[in-house]
Amino acid sequence: MTKKLVVIGNGMAPGRVLDHLFEKAPGEYEVTIFNAEPRVNYDRIMLSPVLSGEKAYEDIIIHDDAWYDEHGVTLLKGKKVVEIDRADRKVIAEDGTTAEYDKLLIATGSSPFVIPVPGNDLDGVVTYRDLDDVDAMLKTAQGGGHAVVIGGGLLGLEAAYGLKRQGMEVTVLHLMPTLMERQLDPSAGYLLEKALVERDIKIITRANTQEITGADGKVTGVTLEDGTELPADIVVMAVGIRPSAQLADDAGLEIGRGILVDDHMVTSDPDILAVGECVEHRGQCYGLVAPLYDMAKVIATNLAGDASAEYTGSVTATKLKVTGIDLYSAGDFAEADDREEIVLRDATGGIYKRLVLKDNKIIGAVLYGDTADGAWFFDLLKKETDISDMRETLIFGQAYAGGSPLDPTAAVAALPDDAEICGCNGVCKGTIVQAITEKGLTGVDDVRAHTKASSSCGTCTGLVEQLLAVTLGDAFQPDAVQPMCGCTDMGHDDVRRMIVAQELKSIPAVLQELNWKTSCGCAKCRPALNYYLLATWPGEYVDDKQSRFINERVHANIQKDGTYSVVPRMWGGITTPDELRAIADVADKFQIPTVKVTGGQRIDLLGVKKEDLPAVWADLNAAGMVSGHAYGKSLRTVKTCVGTDWCRFGTQDSTGLGIKLEKFMWGSWTPHKVKLGVSGCPRNCAEATCKDIGVVCVDSGYEIHFAGAAGMHVKGTEILCTVETEAEVLEYIGALTQLYREQGRYLERIYKWADRVGLKVAQEQVVENAERRKELNARFVYSQQFMQNDPWAERAQGKDAEEFTSFRLAQFGKVA
Amino acid sequence: MNDMSVETKTQVWVEVCKLDDIPPQGSRVIRATLGCVALFRTTDDKVFALEDRCPHKGGPLSQGIVHENGVTCPLHNWVIDMESGRAKAPDEGRVRTFPVEVRDGKVLIDRALLA
Repeated sequence: MTKKLVVIGNGMAPGRVLDHLFEKAPGEYEVTIFNAEPRVNYDRIMLSPVLSGEKAYEDIIIHDDAWYDEHGVTLLKGKKVVEIDRADRKVIAEDGTTAEYDKLLIATGSSPFVIPVPGNDLDGVVTYRDLDDVDAMLKTAQGGGHAVVIGGGLLGLEAAYGLKRQGMEVTVLHLMPTLMERQLDPSAGYLLEKALVERDIKIITRANTQEITGADGKVTGVTLEDGTELPADIVVMAVGIRPSAQLADDAGLEIGRGILVDDHMVTSDPDILAVGECVEHRGQCYGLVAPLYDMAKVIATNLAGDASAEYTGSVTATKLKVTGIDLYSAGDFAEADDREEIVLRDATGGIYKRLVLKDNKIIGAVLYGDTADGAWFFDLLKKETDISDMRETLIFGQAYAGGSPLDPTAAVAALPDDAEICGCNGVCKGTIVQAITEKGLTGVDDVRAHTKASSSCGTCTGLVEQLLAVTLGDAFQPDAVQPMCGCTDMGHDDVRRMIVAQELKSIPAVLQELNWKTSCGCAKCRPALNYYLLATWPGEYVDDKQSRFINERVHANIQKDGTYSVVPRMWGGITTPDELRAIADVADKFQIPTVKVTGGQRIDLLGVKKEDLPAVWADLNAAGMVSGHAYGKSLRTVKTCVGTDWCRFGTQDSTGLGIKLEKFMWGSWTPHKVKLGVSGCPRNCAEATCKDIGVVCVDSGYEIHFAGAAGMHVKGTEILCTVETEAEVLEYIGALTQLYREQGRYLERIYKWADRVGLKVAQEQVVENAERRKELNARFVYSQQFMQNDPWAERAQGKDAEEFTSFRLAQFGKVA
Repeated sequence: MNDMSVETKTQVWVEVCKLDDIPPQGSRVIRATLGCVALFRTTDDKVFALEDRCPHKGGPLSQGIVHENGVTCPLHNWVIDMESGRAKAPDEGRVRTFPVEVRDGKVLIDRALLA
């Protein structure tokens, strides 16, 4: 019979319990989760990269909705449990929802400690605990201004770094003389402080906060005991956490600092277990992820019916997630009489390493600047290895111990099978190697899926790659991300994210800040970067024409003989006798050899000499015609049929809608070309169902299609939705185009983008979420105001004149 | 010796244009009797003169994207090293290069080459 398991809390610890439980005892429990947060389970230790903009929320989701469906888990989002009724074995949520249990798992985590000073309840005083806190910080950071972070520990510093990256002036207040004093000794704390100051973060140590000041209920500053006054638009409290044990206490469970559990993670009620930051085990409360995962394993084993599993406590190691600062600390490093230490300092290299030894065993390690040997030292520490034989070279790391080579792969090869590779998930080398060989894994993603190694903070990804290399030999193809081009190791998505996060607003800034390997990029990355910058900073970024392919640089299509073709816009495929006459006159005047009707319902003038282009454009402009952008990664044409104007089958004014769409969207730059079609009825004479975006009119309104293709690949469109009015068509298509502009990789057509991210992304963001749709459309409309200038008219009036003129020999005079 | 670039014993330098007439990372074209010559300017203001014909299918190199000392042909993306005129591997081919000097902001080429 299935037993009922109820889980209170949906953080990383219970998520991991369920992972293990479904693996060990699938189908044995019917699981209900109460989550006070209105969302799925995400990787809380990755909040800092989200704050700094280096990752997005979507990147840190651990279990998505599909996972809960797949495992038959009922996830109650946004429901806070207020009572545990032990007599009736049920829990009750704030809104009255109840659930009965056979086994109850409490995973209420911890709450941030708020220092008791006046003003700590002002608007703008936040903690750093969940995604809502991050959202609040990001929102404030948009306006720039000052941030004060109270607490110079791991979380506080990561918050400070993130806010700095978001453009705020940041001051960190720390009560103790050096930063992160619980994990670092003073020397490493000093180096860390220096590195943060270099990143323009102000640090005040020995800072005793006296009051948080405000006006109209909103925070305005912080006053210290010595009278120092600091302006603040936001104050982040990151002084520590305490286990959330109130619910357990109210239910009469035994608590100390946290909920008391035995080695089986069972509370004073045998049917109630607890896991994570809310527990106190053998007098210890934990705030890092690795111990929680150790506990999760024990609980899952017990729930699966094997009572032998015991949790005996964890030794923890810490890494700081601040880009460019390498810091590692593990164990105990306080000085004492019976302890010795080995220290290595390299002032210019900014390296500091300290090992604390007791009875010839490592009991503590602090590494700053070069943390490559962290895993090795931690392994020696946990195994209490006698290091007397290698003592002389110990501090230089594994590479020197026993004279093994410096090659990092060889160092990984030399690690014993039980050496821990992934500290977050407690995965050791042997487990990974076994999974690679037995399950035929070939990439880091496979290893993540099967062993969880490198799936949390990701700092061991390099080690996992090396293990793959050692195990598979030459068969290992590092999959990682496809780099944009040979100039960088970063993929398109990372580059785009960094452009936003670091507010990079020029190509040289991107090349410099993202460590491009070439001095000025190449013909592959520069056009991509130019597009990304243009799409990200409309109205701010100045287009770099030298980073555009020739067609976009001169607004015409180069032909095989070096001449150009010119295609004026014909809105919705409609033209007039006057326009046709003007085209004929231009063809005569400039002796244009070929005049051709295009597939997009326009006329192409082929074989125009480059120096004639501005004059050709001037004549076309004079007849009211503008560039058709037939050369651009941009909106091309909107093909239409005659619709209700003429057609006896037409259901709507497809021509008129096509013209409206073209007038709305012309001039927009996109990752690749965008072609539209509007058909007046399902007979589909405008072939709208193989376009990037298509509209098929029906009696009841408009079917919006997208992701079709009729080029190298032929693919019918997918239906996005059906709407009732033309205004909705414009809003939905504007939003869809903007989503593609923001997510599409350069030279990726809409259908490829949709295939990569999944059709549901467009469904969710454009159709289901009205607010999101309006935001996207608003961004598109905003960007368009800078784009709708006819490039032909500008050049006919003299812009880029040098582009269209050449030098002739006769002009030259002798110099020397 | 570079067998494809032409050298003369007595060079007569002629001014083609000012350095500023060539946009950085851009090009200008000289129409000469022997054909078109492309003048390129790099970000660090080096100037190169090449025959304006890609060794692949005759594409106008002057219309390509300039990056460091290379230019990518607009027709089929061959990359030509502007210093040597050679196509970047795996493509094979070479385009004529011409001596060029920048003096006092003036771009000078040897008149003999253009006669």
